[in-house]
Amino acid sequence: METIQSTLGQVNIASIIIFFAFVAVTLGITYWAAKKTKTTSEFYAADRSISGFQNGLALSGDYMSAASFLGIAGMVSLKGYDGLIYSIGFLVGWPLVMFLIAEPLRNLGKFTFADVVAYRLRQKPVRIASSVGSLMTIIFYLIAQMVGAGALINILFGFPYEIAIIIVGFVMIAYVLFGGMLATTWVQIIKAVLLLSGATFLVIMTLAQFGMNPVTLFEQAAKKYGDAVLSPGGFVTNPWDAISLGIALILGTAGLPHILMRFFTVPDAKQARKSVFVATGFIGYFYILTFVIGFGAMVLVGQDVVSYFDKGGNMAALLLAESVGGQFFLGFIAAVAFATILAVVAGLTLSGASTLSHDLYVSVFKKGKTDEAGEVRVARISTLIIGALAITLGLIFKGQNVAFMVGLAFAIAASANFPSLLLSIIWKKFTTKGAVSSIITGSSLAVILIILSPTVWVDIFNNPEAIFGLKNPAIISMTASFIVGIIVSLFTEEKDASDKFEDEKLRTYLGIGAE
Amino acid sequence: MGIKAERVTEILNSEKFKNLVKKRLTVSITLTVIILLVYFGFILSIAFYKEFLSIKIGDHLTLGLPIGIGIIIFAWLLTGIYTRWANRKYDRAVRELRNEVLEN
Repeated sequence: METIQSTLGQVNIASIIIFFAFVAVTLGITYWAAKKTKTTSEFYAADRSISGFQNGLALSGDYMSAASFLGIAGMVSLKGYDGLIYSIGFLVGWPLVMFLIAEPLRNLGKFTFADVVAYRLRQKPVRIASSVGSLMTIIFYLIAQMVGAGALINILFGFPYEIAIIIVGFVMIAYVLFGGMLATTWVQIIKAVLLLSGATFLVIMTLAQFGMNPVTLFEQAAKKYGDAVLSPGGFVTNPWDAISLGIALILGTAGLPHILMRFFTVPDAKQARKSVFVATGFIGYFYILTFVIGFGAMVLVGQDVVSYFDKGGNMAALLLAESVGGQFFLGFIAAVAFATILAVVAGLTLSGASTLSHDLYVSVFKKGKTDEAGEVRVARISTLIIGALAITLGLIFKGQNVAFMVGLAFAIAASANFPSLLLSIIWKKFTTKGAVSSIITGSSLAVILIILSPTVWVDIFNNPEAIFGLKNPAIISMTASFIVGIIVSLFTEEKDASDKFEDEKLRTYLGIGAE
Repeated sequence: MGIKAERVTEILNSEKFKNLVKKRLTVSITLTVIILLVYFGFILSIAFYKEFLSIKIGDHLTLGLPIGIGIIIFAWLLTGIYTRWANRKYDRAVRELRNEVLEN
């Protein structure tokens, strides 16, 4: 039994310096971006100045959160192969985005995905419903990220949780308020480069201990902890559970508002397509890296030590970094993890703000009529609102087990946002009432069923048995959402909408008239 | 933009445009079905036939390892296949149609 020797939890100078350097550079970029962020097109969509490759990096940055980096590496370190099953679920949503969503979305919409859902339909009801689905997804995701951030900073630097939340909150508000989409995009790109390089370096240094041969690494893991680590374990016990989670992950990716929003930052549909190709490549590569990192931690650090610092294994990657690269490398990876959190919550905040300002304020409240400067001002005020909300919720949920909220966010995205988006693009007879009822069905079922599921009813409310047996509601809520959307549409004919469908094809497929 | 309404209807009804839409939907749906089959096939094989992925190749390594990593790479390759098709065939057809629509 090795004695536990780690500097984790002690003040790490390298970490603090690198982190402050990151914040300084990104705030500098925000200052640069601020001068170019005056119009709505600039605030929401970086004036369409982002290239396909850059957007691909930014998208992968948005997706590779600290939760996926630390969480998946941790899961692999403690459970082995199961972590890969989880990763694959997160990855396969991206091809779907490319085949079904990316190009029509870019052609039909302006700044938000609600633009596309509401394209042919009556603006007010559809915008309101879309915004509800959007905001619910964003808020649950935000809570999970903020709570994770506070806990992580607390473990890494010893700062009190509350201080951590406030620092994260203020910096992310600064990025969005002053620099809009341009700043958040470049923050994501920088962070993606840091994360991918850091993880690559970590893998190289880990494999160096095994003669640069991953096979040796896997064999050592099997010798140390048994062959079971190289096989599926308890992750897929109930097939319905696995299918439901798979649905949430695959379809949910295509319904995440902060991801979809990024497609409007590129000039045209072709660049949107390229972004997904680039993003899928980097994300896939990232998951392969986290797999090796997890096994590296399993062998070089040991499962005892990993779970000592955090039962979920979230410290595995950091401990491995320390093991192969000393305190400096630990500091570097810790700073990168922190940067990762900042970038993701900034993107979520911007998405939330754009829902409030572009979807609700302009399209519903002002019925589409507002001047440029006015809308940008409202967008900035919305940023403050969402930011304040994120900080408050982060403080309220301190210490709570909020991991289920990411699953919930994906479930809502898969059940409320995705069905209405897809049906609006491909189905002529989709009506306003159909869209609204589909969104309401999907989001309410997702929330209610998750409350009644083992993750909340048993683990959080401490009831003996769950009322709803599946851990993820997506298979029910997503299916119901589609069925309701289709049936209601068939019963509520909307001639205007179906007429526009044919004309809309010029824009959907040829991009004529795209903004 | 100044596209005459008759021109729009003409283009929408043209063979060329209808073929474009049909081809696009065929490719999109086919690739979607492929990735869904691969992923859910993987998941269901774990649920119902776990032993398959545990088959040994070598002293300790399992079949699951190359399959799992393979699926990740396959997903990316699929996006590459779509991109290549779109860049070559689809974009060219789009360009031709756009020129026809906008040439007035």
